[in-house]
Amino acid sequence: MEIFGVPTQALYGQLLIGLINGSFYALLSLGLAVIFGLLNIINFTHGAQYMMGAFVAYLMLNKLGLGYWWALLLAPLVVGATGVAIERLMLSRLYKLDHLYGLLLTFGLALIIQGLFRNEYGSSGQPYQMPSELTGAQNVGFMFLPYYRGWIIVTSLVICLATWYVIERTKLGSYLRAATENPKLVQAFGINVPLMITLTYGFGVALAAFAGVMAAPIYQVSPQMGADLIIVVFAVVVIGGMGSIMGAIVTGFGLGLIEGLTKVFYPEASNIVIFVIMVIVLLIKPAGLFGVQK
Amino acid sequence: MSTPAVSSGDLGAQRIAFAVMVALLLLAPLVVYPVFMMKVMCFALFACAFNLLIGFGGLLSFGHAMFLGSAGYASAHAAKIWGFTPELAILFGTVVALAIGVLAGLLAIRRQGIYFAMITLALAQMIFFVALQAKFTGGEDGIQSVPRGRLFGVIDLAQPMAMYSLVTFVFLAGFVLVWRVVHSPFGQVLKAIRENEPRAISLGYDADRYKLVAFVISGGVAGLAGATKALVFQLASLTDVHWTMSGEVVLMTLLGGLGTIFGPVVGAAIIITMQNYLAQLGAWVTVVQGVIFVICVLAFRRGVIGELGNWLKKPL
Repeated sequence: MEIFGVPTQALYGQLLIGLINGSFYALLSLGLAVIFGLLNIINFTHGAQYMMGAFVAYLMLNKLGLGYWWALLLAPLVVGATGVAIERLMLSRLYKLDHLYGLLLTFGLALIIQGLFRNEYGSSGQPYQMPSELTGAQNVGFMFLPYYRGWIIVTSLVICLATWYVIERTKLGSYLRAATENPKLVQAFGINVPLMITLTYGFGVALAAFAGVMAAPIYQVSPQMGADLIIVVFAVVVIGGMGSIMGAIVTGFGLGLIEGLTKVFYPEASNIVIFVIMVIVLLIKPAGLFGVQK
Repeated sequence: MSTPAVSSGDLGAQRIAFAVMVALLLLAPLVVYPVFMMKVMCFALFACAFNLLIGFGGLLSFGHAMFLGSAGYASAHAAKIWGFTPELAILFGTVVALAIGVLAGLLAIRRQGIYFAMITLALAQMIFFVALQAKFTGGEDGIQSVPRGRLFGVIDLAQPMAMYSLVTFVFLAGFVLVWRVVHSPFGQVLKAIRENEPRAISLGYDADRYKLVAFVISGGVAGLAGATKALVFQLASLTDVHWTMSGEVVLMTLLGGLGTIFGPVVGAAIIITMQNYLAQLGAWVTVVQGVIFVICVLAFRRGVIGELGNWLKKPL
């Protein structure tokens, strides 16, 4: 079968890859949006923290013999803890200054982390074994679906929706949203806002590390794996607008799909299609698809 | 980002500093390699251009490599393939950067603050991918062995001192342009917009237009630096369009002093010297740069020249 001269197998294959990329865009832009909401900082270290998640998984497997499932649980905690330290020791000193200083600080931290890992492990990628439970594939009628790819899409959807639910529908989330609007008032009601900020940053970082662990079996684990990705995620964030959690999720998956389609129909443009969409969105709706212009 | 306001009546110290800088540039070839000095001057001019935006307009561009790199490709292509004389190749590169500045500026100024930084970064990354895939840029190889040619068809720039003189002239011209812009009425309005945009608008200034013009000037001067650099090293490559280059110019300016006149020059000199000495240490250069970033942001926000100016009580 063919659609517009493209074999359907290839089309579905690219759409699947698009959805997988979209899963990572969604997870990473979600983390950025959560951090930005409360801290007003764009976390440039996000890509490095995604890479750290993958490396923690790799090291746990090779040094401690702990497999994928332990890594999925522990790597976000470990990397999230480093995030808490970064927030307490450094970021918390910058809240009174222009928000751009937060961007510069996290950019510097990303350079340090990526440089240290490159010194230790070189620029080439390290392979990571796929968990045995998720190897293999299933014929779903129109195509073969490798289990691990299905797992990525489902898991990231679940994590994204759970995060959305916690922030938009629970009491804890309502504190968070209130602190975003007016931290002083929330503090006056007896809620420990600095602690909440610290934990929020830790959570956003943990999300990035979680995405890194999920990426480890399908991409190579390398010190630069998050560096270029994070720039695409920035474009995703600009397109979606930072205001809404759901916006980050929808935009992430949607742009992954569009990128996959571009790979089928016009492969030369697949690297830049997201940036082109960003340009168009800026022309039509500068605040982003889901954003509110302040 | 607030910086101490420079009163236009306080130019004396800056004039003295300028004279010192010119003297140093003239004497430097006696002591250090001319190519090294030319590299410093190209990056210093690049940083001055960047500083015009962040230091005086409050706009953090995280994609300034797009100007440096594109102008480098344009001038290299013009000199090598079309056989332009060096002055025309540099001019062509600068014009290309100006054109990109207009297009990118129109998009980027639609958002402010952090979004402005992310948009410029994304636009620069788009240009990086175009440079990676386009035919005329030579992909991973870049454009190599670009002829320096004869200036006005007469002076052979293969002579190190001839090239050095040209680069010094270009650098000083660009530097003085930025300096003039900062102290002009236009620069004063730009600072007013940085400090309080709604107020500037209520006074009748079209803030967007001022920001766009500042962006285009900054892009053009950065392009001038990139076009010249391509002739100095006879090479235009992906390094100059990569986001790490955009980060480096931020670092140079931050280290030297945001919103100071001479800070970017000093910052560029320090960073280039450091890269020179640490070159064999590989990825440690990145780590050291990251550490400088963190220290500057946490404890040294005025930068070298900002601190010096503060100590002398004169804006430099």
